[in-house]
Amino acid sequence: MILAKTGNEALAYAMKQINPDVVAAYPITPSTEIVQLFSNYVADGEVDTEFVPVESEHSAMTACIGAAACGRRVMTATASQGLALMHEMLFIAAGLRLPIVMAVASRSLSSPLNIHGDHSDSVASRDSGWLQFFCETVQEGYDTLIMAVKIAERAYLPAIVAIDGFILSHCQERIETLEDRAVREFLGQPKPNYNLLDWRNPILVGPATLQDYYFEFKRSEIEGMRRALPVIEEVQQEFGQRFGRYYPVLEEYRCEDAEAVLVVMGSACGTCRVAVDQLRAEGRKVGLVKLRVFRPLVHNLLRTSLAKFPKIGVMDRVDAVNSYGGPLFTEITSVLYDLPERPKVFSYVYGLGGREFSPEDARMVYEQVLSGKKDELVTYVGVR
Amino acid sequence: MARKLKGWQELPCGAIISDLQAVKENKTGAWRSLRPVWNNEKCRQCLLCWIYCPDSAILIQDGKVVGIDYDYCKGCGICAGICPAKAIEMEKEKK
Ligand code: SF4
Ligand code: SF4
Repeated sequence: MILAKTGNEALAYAMKQINPDVVAAYPITPSTEIVQLFSNYVADGEVDTEFVPVESEHSAMTACIGAAACGRRVMTATASQGLALMHEMLFIAAGLRLPIVMAVASRSLSSPLNIHGDHSDSVASRDSGWLQFFCETVQEGYDTLIMAVKIAERAYLPAIVAIDGFILSHCQERIETLEDRAVREFLGQPKPNYNLLDWRNPILVGPATLQDYYFEFKRSEIEGMRRALPVIEEVQQEFGQRFGRYYPVLEEYRCEDAEAVLVVMGSACGTCRVAVDQLRAEGRKVGLVKLRVFRPLVHNLLRTSLAKFPKIGVMDRVDAVNSYGGPLFTEITSVLYDLPERPKVFSYVYGLGGREFSPEDARMVYEQVLSGKKDELVTYVGVR
Repeated sequence: MARKLKGWQELPCGAIISDLQAVKENKTGAWRSLRPVWNNEKCRQCLLCWIYCPDSAILIQDGKVVGIDYDYCKGCGICAGICPAKAIEMEKEKK
């Protein structure tokens, strides 16, 4: 069906079609509507979900963990301070290898208070062991939320699906939805790793492990994250074959013979596509590398792709406050370090607190990267 | 008897423990500072303490509470709090 939906509406609709067993959530701008609309589906009897309205995001994630440990399909949504308040529980969900899927309408972190979109919240959670997907469009958000359920359940890892706050969460787009039945058939039944309530096979969940075992359990979790990449690729292929929409983990847009590319996550990819089209029309050799999966970091794909380009700008919609460049920049420079001939890589921080990032801004960045000259380590695009 | 330590590839996904013998060997009652004392006279055998105890430390025989397993009771006091008959009292552990 073709519908006009905002990002939040589309994700709530996807959740309805996924029909999770349990949703526990607490509202926070700009993700509030996802759960609010979903609770309407619950009230109208359109889903079978046990809906748990809790008193905080910490409790929301805690309830999700409990439900997922019982082998159920579990979802939630949050943003910003809410994700920060969940921080402690994020690590627990991942360590217990629970495939919880969380929609995040990306938003800046206080202080000062700001409700608009940047990637501070999810990127601050990057070491918690969650898979992280950054979406460019509402359609991609809708599709990715559905895929993420299958990916998480196959990889036994929790997943964040991020859409940029307000830019995607509150803007309407034309999207193509799937049939309820198609979604349910695509997902099938979850095959949980364990079930705490299976009293015939009692288990202990969340044990204390000391110097003798903690490290081994962590090592095994790390391996789980490493093995998630083939799972992601497999499920995305499957989705593409069934429904005709395929999203590569890493997409090169008009990168053939490019002299300069930007590496971008989230909605700014669309902005950069416009700038690339304009510049290409003027005969400039520029392209876009869209990174859709931030965790696991796809270092081999990044290295193979980026090795081809002499000049690279890395776009971070978050600052790591006095780190050596933006968070994605430091990872990409590490990835490229062992190449015999390293490209020039520049760090750009843009769009904090929802600051507009226009095609003109993107053009300026492309011009600078093409020039191969930049004095400062990090350029803050559009700051006064 | 000392067990051979397992490598990471031999461990269950998600750090679950299904070897309950290993769980039994860890006497989690060792660091208790308060001790629940159960009073048979006052007890109404409603079994609420058994349901709520997070460490399965309420001892049951033939469907009835018969005492508290101090090897595993960590002294949280949940049983005393939930008991409608005030049949469990928390006392300071003697050093
Ligand atoms: S004090 Fe806590 S651990 Fe001990 S028996 Fe009571 S509820 Fe169980
Ligand atoms: S809760 Fe109190 S009354 Fe009920 S079984 Fe336990 S000790 Fe007895």
